[in-house]
Amino acid sequence: MGQFTPTPHDPDARGHFGPWGGRFVPEALIAAVDELATEYDKARLDPEFVNEFKRLLRDFAGRPSLLTEAPKFAEHAGTRVWLKREDLNHTGSHKINNVLGQALLTKRMGKQRVIAETGAGQHGVATATACALLGLDCVVYMGEVDTERQALNVARMRLLGAEVIPVKSGSRTLKDAINDALRDWVANVDETHYLLGTAAGPHPFPLMVRDFHRVIGIEAREQILEKAGRLPDAVVACVGGGSNAIGIFHGFIDDADVRLVGVEPGGSGLDSGSHGATLTAGTPGSLHGAMSYVMQDDDGQITEAHSISAGLDYPGVGPEHSHLKDIGRAEYFPVTDAEAMEAFALLSRTEGIIPAIESSHALAGALKLGPSLGPDGLLVVNLSGRGDKDMDTAVKYFGLADGGQA
Amino acid sequence: MSTLSDVFAAAKAESRAALIGYLPAGFPTIEGSKDHLRSMVESGCDLVEVGLPFSDPVMDGPTIQAAAEQALSAGFRVRDLFDVVAAVSDAGGRAVVMTYWNPVLRYGVDAFARDLAAAGGLGIITPDLVPDEAEDWMAASEAHGLDRTFLVAPSSTEERIAMTARASSGFLYATAVMGVTGARDVVSSAAPALVARVREHTTLPIGVGLGVRSGAQAAEIAGFADGVIVGSAFVSAAGESDAAVRALAADLAKGVRSAPATV
Ligand SMILES: Cc1ncc(COP(=O)(O)O)c(C=O)c1O
Repeated sequence: MGQFTPTPHDPDARGHFGPWGGRFVPEALIAAVDELATEYDKARLDPEFVNEFKRLLRDFAGRPSLLTEAPKFAEHAGTRVWLKREDLNHTGSHKINNVLGQALLTKRMGKQRVIAETGAGQHGVATATACALLGLDCVVYMGEVDTERQALNVARMRLLGAEVIPVKSGSRTLKDAINDALRDWVANVDETHYLLGTAAGPHPFPLMVRDFHRVIGIEAREQILEKAGRLPDAVVACVGGGSNAIGIFHGFIDDADVRLVGVEPGGSGLDSGSHGATLTAGTPGSLHGAMSYVMQDDDGQITEAHSISAGLDYPGVGPEHSHLKDIGRAEYFPVTDAEAMEAFALLSRTEGIIPAIESSHALAGALKLGPSLGPDGLLVVNLSGRGDKDMDTAVKYFGLADGGQA
Repeated sequence: MSTLSDVFAAAKAESRAALIGYLPAGFPTIEGSKDHLRSMVESGCDLVEVGLPFSDPVMDGPTIQAAAEQALSAGFRVRDLFDVVAAVSDAGGRAVVMTYWNPVLRYGVDAFARDLAAAGGLGIITPDLVPDEAEDWMAASEAHGLDRTFLVAPSSTEERIAMTARASSGFLYATAVMGVTGARDVVSSAAPALVARVREHTTLPIGVGLGVRSGAQAAEIAGFADGVIVGSAFVSAAGESDAAVRALAADLAKGVRSAPATV
């Protein structure tokens, strides 16, 4: 099964996964998403495009990424745990997979300017990197709150030649960065591609971004069969907009016995109201171009998400996840900030791997899930990124500067 | 013929374009928005668009974003919208609602249409709902006798203009510039070309908006469109005073009367 082979799980021609997805965008953007869908349909069948994409993944991003067993971490989970090491990709997360694909498409469409939103800064860094590589102009929108908590990534983007625009409206996080990117896109659509960083937004983004990340699941399935001799009992990933999760899920989606588990940002706990657990606690609505679960009040006003992790701090989610939840193929639950930070410290100490705080949510999910599987159970956790960017948060959270210990 | 068609027919009978003014409900306050909207009607707006403040207005520039934020932080609720629309209708004005789609979805498309019709509203302008996704709204608008105003843009293909015109009733909204709302100094050169393209496909009246702020610009647009839509400039005026709102409406009303209507 190739990365771009159509699957029985694809949306209809208008981008609907069951009742989810579609295109809830201004008419002014329809021509652009149509052009993108047409170009992607051609590219996914074009050996030249596919080969160039694969070459960049291999020679630039460093794929395939490793699958590493985490035996000492596993003692705390009560079951065997393997980590899909997206943290080892160039630029430090899974985001580079999608970015390289879309940057190549941008070239194919003859556009010279790329805009992107970013939360944790990982997507922004990956986009700035691909633009430097391919000679594209790059503008990244980032909520002001996030420019502060992910300052290192702001510096990386600027070093790579991108313009970073702090967004001061609304909650000043990822949601508002997407709003401003959409406003820019409407005004400059002729020469600009909006390189969306997750498997959300109007069709064809959820399908296309998912396909660029399918490489994660395809590799992971081969690797676990080779190393453990069997399929895992569950595949666990964190869910912000849902791109790393959907990418690894798809490798196993036709393996009915493999549970697909998405872990959401529970913030201070669901009861506190301060969280970003869209699939667990949201309701159907349209945000940023698609029907999906969203966090909203009784009036349909989008509510602010809260998470210690900038990359998960988003009140929406990609439409395919809403579909997988509804049909019962995937399951979703939240872990709190505190549980994620505990897992963050635990993996660092036990395995010598510092995970991103986003990915730490998946690890915390594994710690919760493990005991029910027992010592013979087998989990594959998508380690979507590395934690270097999160040192500021960790220093404050654990008091590391004052001789504190995580 | 819908009531909305009457609005355009009446303007056309006077050989002029209709003047359409926009203001978000609840800005600067709920009572304030009623006062301003009534002033807009009294000072020459043939139709008002009552905006529903939304948390994530991706088609709006800073002026309308800030107005929506102010209304929401003062506690504006969707049910207040119908109250504001009723105030306009009760004063003899004509109102449509302009809203992002999510609040309508959440309220229930049919319930929203029902309550809007009961308040005397004539239809809804839907900036982020294209006809492709509008099945429920088509049914609800039919059921409650409301008009549907979809948008066309300079980037729309001929096929999409034709399809959008077929799905619309009352009038069609042509966005004069590619971009978000906000007052601009010059009328976009794309607007006349877009209107000419749209006329190939429909006899529906065409309103042109995005960026108009002066009587002179209104006159220019009235030279080729059936309706001149003014948004951010009214929001800015409402931020000053009711006198400013009246003065702007009067200036624009003079503008639409100083150019002969097309066709
Ligand atoms: C390392 C990492 N993991 C996960 C995410 C969440 O995004 P998604 O749900 O699209 O994978 C981000 C987003 O910034 C990230 O940087």
